[in-house]
This record gives sequence, C-alpha cells and structure tokens, in this order.
Amino acid sequence: MKVIVTGIDGTVKEIEGKAGWTLMEIIRDAGMPIKAECGGACACATCHVYIDDEWLDATGARSEEEEDMIDLALEVEDNSRLACQIEMSESLDGIRVKLARDAVL
Amino acid sequence: MTGAQHETDVVIIGAGPVGLFAVFELGLLGLKAHLIDILDRPGGQCAELYPEKPIYDIPAVPMCTGQELTDRLMEQIKAFEPTFHFQEMAERLEKLPDDRWKLTTDQGVAITARVVVIAAGGGSFVPKKPHLEGLEQFEAGSVFYAVRKIDAFRGKRIVIAGGGDSALDWALNLHPVAERITVVHHRDGFRAAPASVEAMRMLVDKGAMDFKIAQLDSLHGADGALSSVRVKSKTDGLIDIPADTLLPFFGLTMKLGPIADFGLNLHENLIPVDTEKFESSVSSIFAIGDINTYPGKLKLILSGFHEGALMAQAAFAYCRPGERLRFQYTTSSSDLQKKLGVR
Repeated sequence: MKVIVTGIDGTVKEIEGKAGWTLMEIIRDAGMPIKAECGGACACATCHVYIDDEWLDATGARSEEEEDMIDLALEVEDNSRLACQIEMSESLDGIRVKLARDAVL
Repeated sequence: MTGAQHETDVVIIGAGPVGLFAVFELGLLGLKAHLIDILDRPGGQCAELYPEKPIYDIPAVPMCTGQELTDRLMEQIKAFEPTFHFQEMAERLEKLPDDRWKLTTDQGVAITARVVVIAAGGGSFVPKKPHLEGLEQFEAGSVFYAVRKIDAFRGKRIVIAGGGDSALDWALNLHPVAERITVVHHRDGFRAAPASVEAMRMLVDKGAMDFKIAQLDSLHGADGALSSVRVKSKTDGLIDIPADTLLPFFGLTMKLGPIADFGLNLHENLIPVDTEKFESSVSSIFAIGDINTYPGKLKLILSGFHEGALMAQAAFAYCRPGERLRFQYTTSSSDLQKKLGVR
C-alpha cells in the first residue's frame, strides 16, 4: 500500500503505508519531517497536508473537530487536512499528499 | 520579579508532567527545586494541547484528562513546595567557579543551582508565525503575537488573523480603542466561543468592524512600519486592507529555543542521555521526558517518570557530595512520610 508524499521543497517520495495507521503515523514512520506536535490527538494543526484533488472523495470530509483545529493551520486550502485524522485503507492505496509548510517549519 | 536572584538545589526547565514528577523524586531525597515554564500554568503539553483529552496509559490511573493529570501531580508534589517561574523562558546558562549553574530567564530572573534538569518536552511553546515575506522587519513595531497593553493599540487600524478565542477576544476587546478592526479568517466559521462570534458578527452587521473570509498574502509598508495587509479571498481575489498593526493568532508551536545554545550535544533537536542517570553530555545537566533520546526511547509520560526517578539519585550525589543515600520506600519509611507531610 503506497503513499506518495511531496515535501515542502517539492521532492516526491513514495512510502509504504499500512491499513489502520493514520497518514501522519505513516509519514512520521518513514522518517519524513512532520511536526505532529500533539501526537495525533487532533489537538494542534502541525500535521497539516494538502490532499491531491483526485483523492479528495476517497478521503471524505473533515470532522467538526478537525475543521475547528484547522483554524490554527496556516495557508489553508479546500484540500487541507490533518494527516492524523485520515486512516489508511485499501481505498487510499496510492494516495498523493503534499506537506504544508506549517507541518514542517 | 525582574532581576530576582534565587538559590536552590535543582532548577528544572519545563513544568510539564515529567518536570512536576521530578520535583517529587527530588523531594523524597530532600532536594529543593525551582521550575521555569514559558506557559502561564503547569502541565506543559497536557495543559496546552489536550487538557480535555483522555490519557489511558498512566499506571494505575485507568483514565484521566491532561488537566486532571496535571492537577494530581500538583497535589502530589505540594509538600515539597517547589517554586514556579511561569511565563519565563530559560535563556542563558553559566557555570560558576563553585561548579554550580546560574540559569537566567528572559525576564532577568537568575536561579543558581548545583543541578539543571531539562524537562522541556518538545521545546518552548511560542506563537506560530505566518509565512509572510519580510515578516521580521515588521515584528518590532507592527506585528504582535500577544496584546500586553490595550492602550498601545489606541487609534490603530488593526488586522486580526485567526478564528480562535484569542482572535475573537482581542477583536472585541480592542474594538473600543482601535480606529478600525478587520478580522481575517479562512472560513465563515470559527472555533472561538459562540458568544464571541455572535458579538463580532453584530459589530460587523452594524458596520463597526470588518470581516474578510480570506488568508494573509503579504505585508506592505516601509522601515518596519506597516501600511497595509494584502489578503487573498477566494471570491474577490487580492484585497489591500490599510493597517498599522497585524495580530496573527494561529496558536502555539514548539521550538527548542535557547536550550540549543547551552553547549550540550544535540541529535535532531533532542538531547542524548545515558540510561543510568539520564545525564547529558555535560555533567550535572540532565534531560528527562520527550526532550531526551537514547536507544529504545519511547515518548511516553510514564517513561519520563522513570527517568526522573533515576535522575534524582544522580542529582543527589552532586547536591550532597559525600552523603550516603539510603534507599527507602514511601510505604514504610517514616523519614519519607515526614517529607511528604503525612506523618
């Protein structure tokens, strides 16, 4: 199961995903820089990613809690999500995401 | 307390759960502690990030919230009378000729102690800064991340960015003194308290305040003085808002800060320690909790508790050289029970 992650410098990395893990955990486990300060509790906004347009339907909508927390993110777009709130599954195999600057810097 | 001088056995940087429990372990050995924290209250991440969220992996506590854990630790260490220095950042560390350390905070408070314990978690909580070109040049006089004196904003045209309680509270509180306030937020919805949102919307409806659904784009001005804030709206494109002041409220993020300059070996912003004493590369400076690293490290609160207990044994040797340390249990030792104030 693959996750294709674009870093803030534009480099693209294909990493191995695992069903049941969150996207944040997968990115962190691959050693890519992602702050994820609260550790996945939807209590900060430092695992902010942009979901590639063609994967938006598959990832579904933000929860109300996530919507509120994204208020603390910078440079929010329609495809902004918190990576700790997306659980990997077969239907997301091959998903493309881009790290937001505030998830790294 | 600017300029205040203190002397103690151990100075702890960080008043999160691990720093708090270190007070307990040090206290049992008769060592006194001062704690420094950038936040205005104890608890660290537990208080700042997840006060209401449940924690299930504290031994013998099936469930408690971050705030409850903090409250219980404060109760547990009360008898040891730790001294707290809140809203201060540990800024400078010097070694004195008598081998003690002098730690100075950004508020000018100096604490002299034989042992330094760094329990700083992910670093200091500092305001998250928007990624705007030339931001630094405006930070001296036009861009602020906190409001200290309302009067400083009298007659100003202020752009407030964000949708949380800080953004809305300051929009409402500065409204009476400001010439004009524009709230800029990326959506027509807020995480702030509903009453504040309602009050803001009423002012906007009356034409007494502006609200733009947009995001910060760029800052304009000269010589560090802001003249306008350009925002990007999905519907209206770029809009220039005349402004003297920008107040961005995007919450806090963690930065290692001045600890990086303490002369310790660092590995990816973590402090490598041994697993016998949890001592850093510099003797009598210890690191416990999320800030340290060693083979097998797990960033768990319970690991930090264990690290604090072992650190305290080693700290005792520095603080009370030549004294024999008796190993005792709180269950049976009248000496420990006296220290705990239960006997």
